Amino acid sequence: MFVGAGQGNVLLGILIGGALMAGLAWLYITILDNERIARWITILGIGAIGFFFAGMTGLIVGLLVGWFFAFFIFWLYEGRYRQKLLPYMTGGQVLWHYTFRVICGAIFVFLITPILVVLPLSFNAQDFFTFTPEMLRLDPEGYSLKHYRDFFTNNEWQRSFKNSLIIAPIATVISVTLGTLAAIGLSQSHVPGRRAIMGILISPMIVPLIISATGMFFFYSDIGRFLEGTLGMDKNFVGYIKVILAHAVLGIPFVIITVTATLVGFDQSLTRAAANMGAGPVRTFFKIQMPLILPGVISGGLFAFITSFDEVVVVLFVGSASQKTLPWQMFTGLREQISPTILAVATILVVISIALLTTVELLRRRSERLRGLSPA
Amino acid sequence: MTDATHQNTGPMLAADGTPLKQSLARSLRRQKLRALMLIAPLLLFVMFSFIIPIASMLFRSVENGIVQEILPLTVEALQSWDENSGELPDEAVFDAFVRDMVVAVDNKTHTRLGSRLNYEETGMSSMFRRSGRKVGKLDPETDGPFKDQLIEIHDGWGDPKTWAVIKTHSPAITNGYFLNAVDMRRTPEGAEAQPEDKQILIKLFGRTLFMSLVITGSCILLAYPISYLLANLPMRVSNMLMILVLLPFWTSLLVRTSAWKVMLQQQGVINDTLVWLGLVADDARLVIINNQIGTIIAMTHILLPFMILPMYSVMQTIPPSYTRAAKSMGATNWTTFWRIYFPQSIPGIGAGSILVFILAIGYYITPEIVGGTKGVFISNRIAYHISSSLNWGLAAALGTILLAVVLLLYWCYDKIVGIDNVKLG
Repeated sequence: MFVGAGQGNVLLGILIGGALMAGLAWLYITILDNERIARWITILGIGAIGFFFAGMTGLIVGLLVGWFFAFFIFWLYEGRYRQKLLPYMTGGQVLWHYTFRVICGAIFVFLITPILVVLPLSFNAQDFFTFTPEMLRLDPEGYSLKHYRDFFTNNEWQRSFKNSLIIAPIATVISVTLGTLAAIGLSQSHVPGRRAIMGILISPMIVPLIISATGMFFFYSDIGRFLEGTLGMDKNFVGYIKVILAHAVLGIPFVIITVTATLVGFDQSLTRAAANMGAGPVRTFFKIQMPLILPGVISGGLFAFITSFDEVVVVLFVGSASQKTLPWQMFTGLREQISPTILAVATILVVISIALLTTVELLRRRSERLRGLSPA
Repeated sequence: MTDATHQNTGPMLAADGTPLKQSLARSLRRQKLRALMLIAPLLLFVMFSFIIPIASMLFRSVENGIVQEILPLTVEALQSWDENSGELPDEAVFDAFVRDMVVAVDNKTHTRLGSRLNYEETGMSSMFRRSGRKVGKLDPETDGPFKDQLIEIHDGWGDPKTWAVIKTHSPAITNGYFLNAVDMRRTPEGAEAQPEDKQILIKLFGRTLFMSLVITGSCILLAYPISYLLANLPMRVSNMLMILVLLPFWTSLLVRTSAWKVMLQQQGVINDTLVWLGLVADDARLVIINNQIGTIIAMTHILLPFMILPMYSVMQTIPPSYTRAAKSMGATNWTTFWRIYFPQSIPGIGAGSILVFILAIGYYITPEIVGGTKGVFISNRIAYHISSSLNWGLAAALGTILLAVVLLLYWCYDKIVGIDNVKLG
């Protein structure tokens, strides 16, 4: 319908398309009376039309459109749209039900399209941010891996990638160790001033990054001058220390929140039982408590890792050029020299985030199973 | 059985012979101490690397020791001068000034003072820089009197306004930066409004608030149907759909921002699609990047998950039997929704809105990249003052105001939702 509409008058195109579909529907229902054949005819027919007009892309779009209309015609005709709904609903309610679904579908499209758009564009053979005609024709000429090659060979990108891989894990280790200990302390039954302490520990998440960055910029430059000037440390090394400290603080709220949430369901009698059988506090912690809260600790750690790995504002203010991280490099890339290598990096990051998301989800389920809750 | 006999005779005793009450109190104390010991390292760490930096920013926003530090004698001599008289200060001030400047030029600090005063009165920086070398060559003991010599070196020293500026900004603690942050300035007569062409910050604050509100509003509009759908679908389906919400949430901020740059450009995906469909003429492509619309679209997308997640968790707890009861008593669909369902979902809207608003108000990266000049926030101005204009005092004052707003909002959030109810994923 729209394919025809695109070239000329929109309204006319919609009308023609609508008439065509109505005709097809009448044809199928009164004459053919065999759903499977009708469906294949529509799919292949519209696919062929698409191929005739627009080549490879047209074929794919046509096949999809054909499949949709074939489904749609029979869906409307046989009243399948009422099958899954309560039988007493009025026509208006049914219509609203599906309108609502379509609205939600549109919002989901809004949520996910920007991320999906990046993936094919990163294989662009040109140095542009846009779809070239070759790409739209699905011509293999229009695609290439050169931006990925650029990412893996370009010194700037590699150095920033390496910096990210140095800074993020160390910051994560610091925030996970300190955070887990503190979360265990916080979950004891008698903690004086728990709310105030919790407020302070969570504050790095609440204070806008730009303000944290401003404060850290002032303070850490003084610290840096002290470490370099008075203690005579290497400038580069001090730079890393500053960035790592800053990132570790930003990750702490996430660790605290996830680990305290896990500890809510923790059965304290287990540690008492262990102590009863003669295990020391350290042994009890590593043998009994740690394995049980491990899922929470790991997912908190992943949150902390991604916070550091994804962080730009603070590193921009606190770090110097030799601590340039991957997001920083992307940021300057987006502001100054626009290169599709950014999109290649973006694709890699999306893949990483999918992997992390899966891990966290699996861990959550495992943790709930361990605590005897049904997977919610 | 010995315990039983003890119970009958005297106060209850613990195993080691101390009264039980005392023993329990001691164990409670020990427990508290152990909990605090576990928390202490992290608390110290956060204090050192986060709270102190923030405090140092607060201090910077009022700190102004530089004039007193570099021109100590001049500041003292200026005390007796009446800045409203319209006359130049007397020779004693000029003498003190030359003595201070000779030291300052030796230490090369006079240019720093110049650029500090330049924030208040344009032209001061070049005046200090240019006069610096010549004044530095004077000998305070022999070359006096200095009044005419200085005016010879630069006319500026013959203007009473120059001295008034130095006197006004001499106190070590100043409200000058805060006045600047709200488009006012410190003058001898007290605070007054900045000249028209310099008044940008109030407008910028207003724009930041307005755009954050718009973003929050559009997030509510988009998140409400989605959360409703997710909360009412069967668990298996809604878990699948939840991935579509969580994937953007987990994707790097820069990936999403660059994706929006790709989408919104003049030659971008949205414009290309609209042109291809014939909805927009090729020569009249929509301008949706580098302005407010671009920032609003991109930030709505980026912050949407933060609205959906709290809404979803509230809506999950609304029992479906209430709406069924309302319907069975004859309420229409609309009445059922508006009178029964909606009021119960308000806590979710409140929680999500405050969260999104707090996040939006301090955003920096996305407005910087898709906002152009018209779509930037107050945070971009802070970054500009830190890295380009180097007016750190003003940056700190702006940051302090923003922090106060956020803390106020956060206090509301705590009242409505509670800190402990912050949930992730």
